[in-house]
Amino acid sequence: MYLDLIRIRFLTMLAYRVNYYSGIIIYSVNIGAYFFFWHAIYGDQEAIRGFTLAQMTTYVAVTWMARAFYFNNLDREIANEVRDGSVAIQFVRPYHYLLVKLFQGFGEGLFRLVMFMVPGLIVVCLIFPIELPRDPAVWLLYAAMLVFSFLINSELNLLTGMGAFYFENIDGLIRMKRVVVDLFSGLLVPIALFPGWLADISQWLPFQAIAYLPSAVFTGQTSGEEALAAVGLQALWAAALIVPIRLLWRAARKRLFVQGG
Amino acid sequence: MFVMQPAIEVRDLRKTFKVQRNREGLAGAIRDLFRRQYVEVTAVKDISFTIPRGEICGYIGENGAGKSTTIKMLAGILVPTSGTVRVAGYVPWREREKFVRHIGVVFGQRSQLWWDIGVIESFHLLRKVYRVPAADFRRRLDELVERLKLGDLLHRPVRKLSLGQRMRCELAASLLHNPAILFLDEPTIGLDIVVKTEIREFLLQLNREHGTTILLTTHDLQDIEALCSRVIMLDDGRIIYDGGLDELKARWSRGREIRLQFGEPVGLERLERLTADLPGVRWQLGEGMSAVMRVPREVGMSEALARVVGSGVDIRDIKFAETSTDEIVREIYRSGSAAGAERLVGVT
Repeated sequence: MYLDLIRIRFLTMLAYRVNYYSGIIIYSVNIGAYFFFWHAIYGDQEAIRGFTLAQMTTYVAVTWMARAFYFNNLDREIANEVRDGSVAIQFVRPYHYLLVKLFQGFGEGLFRLVMFMVPGLIVVCLIFPIELPRDPAVWLLYAAMLVFSFLINSELNLLTGMGAFYFENIDGLIRMKRVVVDLFSGLLVPIALFPGWLADISQWLPFQAIAYLPSAVFTGQTSGEEALAAVGLQALWAAALIVPIRLLWRAARKRLFVQGG
Repeated sequence: MFVMQPAIEVRDLRKTFKVQRNREGLAGAIRDLFRRQYVEVTAVKDISFTIPRGEICGYIGENGAGKSTTIKMLAGILVPTSGTVRVAGYVPWREREKFVRHIGVVFGQRSQLWWDIGVIESFHLLRKVYRVPAADFRRRLDELVERLKLGDLLHRPVRKLSLGQRMRCELAASLLHNPAILFLDEPTIGLDIVVKTEIREFLLQLNREHGTTILLTTHDLQDIEALCSRVIMLDDGRIIYDGGLDELKARWSRGREIRLQFGEPVGLERLERLTADLPGVRWQLGEGMSAVMRVPREVGMSEALARVVGSGVDIRDIKFAETSTDEIVREIYRSGSAAGAERLVGVT
C-alpha cells in the first residue's frame, strides 16, 4: 500500500509540470549564483580551511542537488490539511497519518531524484568544474546517507507540521524552520567554514546531518572511518527524532479540532 | 448469557474545545501576542444513546448543535473529553486503525477520493489501504457500479465530476471494504432531487440486503422521512428527542388542517359558532376570504367538515393538510427545547 502512495504522488507530480520546470530554473540559478560568489571570495587563494575552489564548487552543486531529493513540504501539507479540515478523512483510514505523509514525501523526493537531480547533476558537471568521487564505495555510502537526509529532514517537517494542531497559523514557524535548516544544514555555507563556536553548536544539532555530512563525504572532506561515523550519527538522529514525534502526536490527537463543523 | 452487541453505544459523551478568543483593536492584538485568551466551548454535553444493528438512524439538529462533532467522535477522528463510546465493539480512538476497517464514512462537504487521479485509481488505492482481497473487491465493485450507475465515471478524474456524480463515487468508496456501520455527514447536501432520491433508494437497499447500520446527519428532513425509523434530535449539545419518527409526529404535530376558500366574506364568529360543540377545533382567517380550520386527532374529519358544508356557506375550494415534519422540527427549534415544544403542543 505504501508503495502505491509513492507511485500516486509520483504521478501527481508529473501532472503538475510547471512546478517541475520552474524548480529546475530556481536550482540552476542558485547553483550558478553560489559558484560566482565563491569564485569571487577565493580570488587567488588556493584553499580556504582545507576547501579548494573545485571542492567548494562540487560541494555547492552536490548539496543543492541533494536538497532536491530530501526537500519536501510535508509541514505545509499537514498545516493545510488541519486548517481546511480534510485531515478528518485521513483519520478514518486504517493507516498512520504521519507514515502516509512520509511516504508521500518519499514519492516526491524520488520524482525529483529521477527527473531533476540526475539530469541536473549531468548538466552542472558540463558547465562547472566539478570533481566527482572515483571510488564506487563513496557513491554507495552517499546514497545511503541521502536516504537518512530525507528521513531526518522529513521528521523535522512532521514535527513542524504538527504545530498546526496547537496553533491557528504556523506559517511563521514553517518559514523559520526552513531558514534554520538551510543555514545549519550547511546548505548555504559548509559548516567547516563556520566560526568555531557556531560550528561547535552545529555539531550538536540534527541539521548538519541533513546536508553537510553527506556532502562532506561526497566531496572527500570526510572519508574512511570518519565517513562511517557520519552515517552512524545520521542513523542516531533519525532514530532519536522519532521520540518527540511520538509524544507530540499523542498529545495532538487529543487536541485535534476539525474546522468547518 | 449472550446478548447481541449493539452497533453503537454512547454513554455520557462530552467534547470540549478550547477556542482562541481574539481581543479587539490593535492594543488587543498586541496583548494577544503575549497572553492568549481561551474560551472553553462544550460542543457535546453528556449525551447517551444506543443504536442496534441494522437500524437507520437520523441525527438532526441545527448548525452547531454538535452533530458533526458526535459523528467525528464515533468515527475515531476526535478523542472525547469524557464518556464512553463503543462502536462495532471497539473504542474508536483507542484502536483506530483496526476499528476503521469496520466503518464507512462519507462527509458531504469533503472528498475522500484523490482529486487528481481517475475514480477507479482511487478505488484501487482504497482496496490496498483496506487490504480487501481482489475477488471480494471485484464483486463488491461490480455491485456498486451497477447500483450507483458509475459505469461512465470510473475513468474520469474526480475534479471533473459534478457534485451528484462525485457523491455517488464517494458512497461507493466508503463501501468497498464492506463496512458494518456507515456514517453519513450531510450526504445529500447540495444535490438535486433526482440524485437525492437515487441515493436514498440505494441506502435503503444497502440496509435491507447487507444489514448495514446507518447513522446520518442531515438538514433535509425528507432524507429522514424516506430512510429513518428513528430520529435523534440535538440542540445545543444535548439530545432533545430520541425515538420513532411517527411518535415525533404524533406527539408534536399540531393536528390536521382544513383550508377553505369561500365565495363570500365570512366572519370568524360565524365559523366558530358552526363548530362550537367540537372540542379543540380552532379557526383562523386567512387572506382573501379564506380560513384555516385546525382539527385535533380526537375529532373526526368528516364530522368537522360536515358542520361547515352543511351550513350553506359558499365554499369554492377545500384543501387538507397535515403538519409536515419540517414544520414540527422548526417549531421545536424555535421553542428551544423538548420541554418547550411540549408546552407548545399543549396549547394547540
